[in-house]
Amino acid sequence: MIQPTATGRQVQLMITCLCDAFYADVAKAVYAVLDHAGCSIDVPEGQTCCGQPAFNAGDWDSARKVMRHTQKVFKGDRPIVLGSGSCAAMLRHGSELAFEDQKDQEAFEKLGKRTWELTEFLVHGLGMETWGGKFPARIALHKSCHTRNTRVYESAVKLLSSIEGLELVKVDELEQCCGFGGTFCVSFPHVSTEMGNLKVQHLTENNPDVVATLDMACMMHFGGLMDRKGMSFRRMHVAQILAEALNITPA
Amino acid sequence: MKQTIDNFAKDLGKEVYESVHLASKLKTEKRVDILWNDFEDPDLLRRTAGLVKQHTLEHLDQYLEQAEASFKRNGAEVHWAIDGDEANQHVVDIMKRHGARKMVKSKSMVSEETHLVPYLEKNDMEAVETDLGEYIVQIDHDHPSHIVTPIIHKNRKQIGKSFEREGLGEYTEDPKSLTGMARRHLRQKYLEADVGLTGANFVLADTGQVVLVTNEGNARFSMAAPRVHIVMVGIEKLIPSRSDLPLYLSLLARSATGQALTVYTQLIGGPKAPNQPDGPEAMHVIFLDNGRSQILESNCSEILRCIRCGACLNVCPVYRQASGHAYRSVYPGPVGAVLSPLLKGDQFPELADLPKASSLCGACNEVCPVNIPIPDLLLRLRNKGKKEHAPRAKIATPDFKMWSWAASNPGAWKTGMSFGHAMNVVPHALMNLAPPGKAWLGSRDLPKFQGGAFRKWARQQQKQKGKIK
Repeated sequence: MIQPTATGRQVQLMITCLCDAFYADVAKAVYAVLDHAGCSIDVPEGQTCCGQPAFNAGDWDSARKVMRHTQKVFKGDRPIVLGSGSCAAMLRHGSELAFEDQKDQEAFEKLGKRTWELTEFLVHGLGMETWGGKFPARIALHKSCHTRNTRVYESAVKLLSSIEGLELVKVDELEQCCGFGGTFCVSFPHVSTEMGNLKVQHLTENNPDVVATLDMACMMHFGGLMDRKGMSFRRMHVAQILAEALNITPA
Repeated sequence: MKQTIDNFAKDLGKEVYESVHLASKLKTEKRVDILWNDFEDPDLLRRTAGLVKQHTLEHLDQYLEQAEASFKRNGAEVHWAIDGDEANQHVVDIMKRHGARKMVKSKSMVSEETHLVPYLEKNDMEAVETDLGEYIVQIDHDHPSHIVTPIIHKNRKQIGKSFEREGLGEYTEDPKSLTGMARRHLRQKYLEADVGLTGANFVLADTGQVVLVTNEGNARFSMAAPRVHIVMVGIEKLIPSRSDLPLYLSLLARSATGQALTVYTQLIGGPKAPNQPDGPEAMHVIFLDNGRSQILESNCSEILRCIRCGACLNVCPVYRQASGHAYRSVYPGPVGAVLSPLLKGDQFPELADLPKASSLCGACNEVCPVNIPIPDLLLRLRNKGKKEHAPRAKIATPDFKMWSWAASNPGAWKTGMSFGHAMNVVPHALMNLAPPGKAWLGSRDLPKFQGGAFRKWARQQQKQKGKIK
């Protein structure tokens, strides 16, 4: 896993394809949080996707095609920030695998070193120790699998813990996956659903006010299960909580 | 075509699911407790153990030569087998040479891999499994479903019935009574046997010793009571030196069963010495390749670090749902999803669906005592399946050609995003026509489509800040 080193407040925002298609509010919150942190934000127009769907499915030719496009779109040497540990892991580790025998490998090593997940960027890129504000609620935070071997989850916990009134509730079997896994969720629908059901149970059994995530892919999955079951827990991305705590949620 | 592992999980009986799920969860918790209680930085141990194993694999030719010389020095005979049949034939030949017909067997995954017991039976020889779990597997004509706890899929009621059927005693569900029955039955078998076969958890190249860890003591009986001790072991089980052993013993039992050490740990080098009153007169070590050299040359060599602790099975959410038999191979779970298709060699396509049976969550890598990057290896095998057009690698997998075209053409991508709004008005009945849509909507709702909404908003923000006009 490549560790990011690029810092500074001139950043490029990667929307992520899921936020581009389904979760505009989350992308807005990521933008607002970076804006509040004093960043000048560039949103490269030609961006599409990190390439992970094809990569995970084994179609590395297709994945590389998309990743080469992404590498071209995110020019320069500024930090690239995104509200997803999963897409970040694709650019920091998936690319290591996909390009290990390719001529342009070096370009992707550079890209990886610029890539940050939002909370990790705030804490380790900008050196923020606290976030502040007020959010009186009990939160069940899902630990996305793609935060393994990174400082993402601890960064999110650090920032959330500094918010007045916010309480993180215990989530049993925190290390267990929600069952999304890209195409896995449609090619193994039974196993994926049962994994998701267990996740929903663990996230909700302590009756939190909010179920939170660092990755909309996970939340699309367990949220989709919750919607089907008619469960009405409020669901938020961590960026939305950070924004709401400071009353900077974009309209 | 559907994924066989998903179907297997769907049809799994409630009893089996509960046995597997509860036992795996318990073992996972015990593992974490003991490792973090006993060591300051278990991750450092895992990484170190992984490096030493990888070093050994990268110099395997050297260490194998050294091990052979050491075993010979200790008075053991060394045999080499390129595949399972050759290994089995070595066993038969050795038994014939020693005028032997009856074998007691300690647990060995490698002998499962070579199908040794049926091979012996065909040659009019008899083999009895002495590991309690493996013994139950044998009398039930079943297969192990876990590499450490072979009958994780069974409960005590089923075992009580099996023992009653085999005439070991009256029906009971009491574990202690059941164990007692097996013990009385198996004791006699040790005394009658001519040959004892064991596997090896480790082979020490410098001292020429095999290391065996068990909880039941059956390996001790198996190798010590009969006249001849045969060891069947994969070539990847080597570690360079006895001084490396403590590192691995610190990790193996803790990772496997949550114990600091197993009840018995034996180091065996050679047959009995002239001044020893008891012990086997001869010791034979059979080193098995069976595809391992080929794996060593592939881009998945790290899988050969595996010390068969089973921690990756226990923690794996897919294994917990599907159970070991779903993997159609001797080695199930995450390690099996990598190792089993690779061991197939040219028949890789037969098991090309196994690497797909993972959400790539990475829990397997996190618990692995030799730090095998299992998710990376699963990904490489997915790519191999795709490149080799293996039909089983395609099952229920969408085609990404169109997608990759759109995702590298911003104009097409944006158009797709705006057309995507149509999804909000397309009735579910229509979405159900596409297999991925149907598979998703079987249990999950889709969020409302908002394609391009953020981009529009962001442009306005940038305009307000005077960044763009």
